[in-house]
Amino acid sequence: MADLKNIFDVAARGMSAQMVRLNTVASNLANARSVASSEAEAYRAIKPVFSTLYADDLEKTGISSVDVVDVVAVDKDPEKVYQPGHPKADKDGYIYMAAVNPEEEMVEMLEASRQYENNVEVVSTLRGLMMRTISMGK
Amino acid sequence: MKTIEGHLKVHAEALALRSQRNEILASNIANAATPNFKAKDLDFEQMLSSKMGFGKVNISDKRHFEMGIGPNDQGVKFRQNITPSMDGNTVELHVEQLQFSENVMKYQTSLEFLNRKISGLMSAIKGE
Repeated sequence: MADLKNIFDVAARGMSAQMVRLNTVASNLANARSVASSEAEAYRAIKPVFSTLYADDLEKTGISSVDVVDVVAVDKDPEKVYQPGHPKADKDGYIYMAAVNPEEEMVEMLEASRQYENNVEVVSTLRGLMMRTISMGK
Repeated sequence: MKTIEGHLKVHAEALALRSQRNEILASNIANAATPNFKAKDLDFEQMLSSKMGFGKVNISDKRHFEMGIGPNDQGVKFRQNITPSMDGNTVELHVEQLQFSENVMKYQTSLEFLNRKISGLMSAIKGE
């Protein structure tokens, strides 16, 4: 159990989880049009697996953050296209396109970046409050 | 309410609870995309009255049971969500964001009350 002491730890972990998500989107989009000469070699979109990380074992304080426990390749078959002239075509003339849906990735990217911003916003608001609390009674 | 502590107590407790609630809401916002995460919230009124000793039933006989919440109850409850989602996550970002901004505002209000009370005490001490 990693320590989640305060709001900065919560937001830092949340932001790094969203960053992993953005990185997987970047990899997926970069490989969106890549081709391979066999089904096994073809690129498949990768997705992070999020899991909740609680600050205390009994989950009583309600303080928690996110952890990326795994990054998995989606179980989707690559598209088989008949292109005999292609340098990567197999002996039957087929190439295998990466199993990536660019629209899905774009939506994922927007959502991840929005949630990243939410974490930043929370931290900057609470930091302002802390600064005002420090100067209490002056 | 004769001591300085008694003079400041409500606002001090409220400030601490608001800060705790801020952390819980921040946790919900951080977990907005985690499958099966259940959003939580702090029952502010219940916690404040238990800290202040309000709202308890009087015990006039030793055979009476004590009402109210125990010292180990942290007042953290699950949020009832409006629209359920497929992945079992009960965080609704807009709800959390609104609760967060409301809570921040109320924190500032408590802070302002404390500041005013402290400056009132200071001017009484200095006798200006």
